[in-house]
Amino acid sequence: MSKQEESIFTNPILKWVDDRFPLSSLIKDHATEYYASKNFNIWYIFGVLSMVVLIIMLMTGFFLTMNYKPSTEDAFNSVEYIMRSVEWGWLIRYMHSTGSSFFFIVVYLHMFRGMLYGSYKKPRELIWIVGMLLYFCLMAEAFFGYLLPWGNMSYWAGQVIVNLFSYIPVIGETLTEWIRGDYFMSDITLNRFFAFHVILLPLAILALVVAHILALHHVGSNNPDGIEIKDYKDESGKPIDGVAFHPFHTSKDLVAIIVFLILYFAAVFYAPEMGGLFLEVDNFEPADPLKTPEHIVPSWYFTPYYAILRAIPNAALGAVFLVAAVLLFVFLPWLDRCSVKSIRYRGWQYKVALFAFVVSFVVLGYLGMQPATGIYVLLARIFTIIYFAFFLLMPFYTKLEKTKPVPHRVVYKK
Amino acid sequence: MNMKQYIFSLIAIFFFSNSGFASSPTEPEVGIEAVTINLSDVKSLQRGARNFFNYCAGCHSLQYMRYEQIAEDLNISEEQLLDNLIFTNKTPQDLVTTNMLQEDGDRWFGKAPPDLTLVTRRKNPDYVYQFLKSFYIDHTSPTGVNNLIQDGTSMPHILWLLEEQMIAEDYNRFILDTVTFLEYVGEPIQQKRKSLGVWVISFLVLFLVFSYALYKDIWREVK
Repeated sequence: MSKQEESIFTNPILKWVDDRFPLSSLIKDHATEYYASKNFNIWYIFGVLSMVVLIIMLMTGFFLTMNYKPSTEDAFNSVEYIMRSVEWGWLIRYMHSTGSSFFFIVVYLHMFRGMLYGSYKKPRELIWIVGMLLYFCLMAEAFFGYLLPWGNMSYWAGQVIVNLFSYIPVIGETLTEWIRGDYFMSDITLNRFFAFHVILLPLAILALVVAHILALHHVGSNNPDGIEIKDYKDESGKPIDGVAFHPFHTSKDLVAIIVFLILYFAAVFYAPEMGGLFLEVDNFEPADPLKTPEHIVPSWYFTPYYAILRAIPNAALGAVFLVAAVLLFVFLPWLDRCSVKSIRYRGWQYKVALFAFVVSFVVLGYLGMQPATGIYVLLARIFTIIYFAFFLLMPFYTKLEKTKPVPHRVVYKK
Repeated sequence: MNMKQYIFSLIAIFFFSNSGFASSPTEPEVGIEAVTINLSDVKSLQRGARNFFNYCAGCHSLQYMRYEQIAEDLNISEEQLLDNLIFTNKTPQDLVTTNMLQEDGDRWFGKAPPDLTLVTRRKNPDYVYQFLKSFYIDHTSPTGVNNLIQDGTSMPHILWLLEEQMIAEDYNRFILDTVTFLEYVGEPIQQKRKSLGVWVISFLVLFLVFSYALYKDIWREVK
């Protein structure tokens, strides 16, 4: 059967396009005939929401670039110029600054969904790995973007993070200089961070998003029961428990997107600073290399890792733990030895471990914002141990799990 | 209230407030009274602008703000602006910058007076309010005064005479108007932001009703 015969169009112009471009098959493969389980719950909305935030960030970022000036002389001024003199500049800027926090909120929830229902397990290991690469790119993107307003916290938090590279033995100092392009955080550093932020990383993120979705559509979506809907098909070859992405999942996603936008715009319009979490007070003052803020704190979405860094008594070793804490996610598909995917049918061991991990991530996030003194350091050490135990002990406790029988068909109550 | 009573009451606030009021990272050691800022009170903003340009603008800039934007937002005509708020050779299109040179400021005060555009966002309105009310006599200081919530400040007590002459209520009003104006300057679109938000969110809620109905309709056949 040739491609022409499969055309879904009757309109001659669209048919003309279809003969020259795989329009019909793209629509069919990725929307109208892409079947995903009908029992998706609320945890399944965060993928599409991160796409929505990505688009918001690309569009607002594009308009910000028209007035932002990446130089140490002008950066801070140009942000205030955007806030005051550019038509709707304040809205575009707040959408961008609030968007970065919401991006991490939805991405963390999206990752948690994967851990709840074993979405990283065979045959979806590559989707998970590409997703983790996306997460790393997002972290880099956020870090580079954070420096651009050239506020005092931008400057000092950037300084601390760049200096992490100096802990690498032998080449550390040279590498740090190479990254900054200077002996200190300077105009050159700001310019190259701008280039990373607006060109290289957005391109990498877009390419990885395409790979993430292509891989997903190749193997099919997981579901809250962690079973393969492709194993039960009707006569026409359509999975019995699946419904077409469009119009079924798109109509459901639309509701989720609007609820998300209500929360997002509530923050944009009524709490753009979010009590200093989204826009830090120290950043209302231009970068001053002679004036260190009282507590240097990275953005809230990095604070769990920052707490781990500070929990280790040796700075170089702390940096190693920080990197390990981020990288360990990549190995989840192989650390988890349980054959059952969904937490619904798994033993108590994984449930307890996942709960402890989430608690440690949240507590570390809180500790990362507090001064590293007294009881806070002790707590950070305890929760760092729990954080690493979740990953490193996983091959053992997941083997001991007594799982419940997994049903053949998905559980769906109307 | 004389100075002694005033200091005493501040100390009292400090001891009885325990947990403190504001909890920003810049929280000073003395308790800070929370003030209510009303940005929709145009008269208060106008008085605040008058106060700023008469008492503050000689030393402090609002370097990200233009005269004409203040005039437009605060219902001040160009004539009123030129007569009452611009005392230099500036035009309404200019940024509000002081004529004091940075090096003069550094020489006279040890550190040039800071720009105040973002002061209420960098600190917070309560802090600025309390700062302006917390000067006390200190003969060891070069300016003859010190400040309870910012010890060793190089700012002289510019409002000394007013504080002496005005009754406490009027003086507090004067400070509050000035802080209200500075809060406006920190984020001129704050009022617009909050009023626009209602419309945007209302639209989304309405859209939600329809999208939910659509979702329910499309999923009707799924069993």
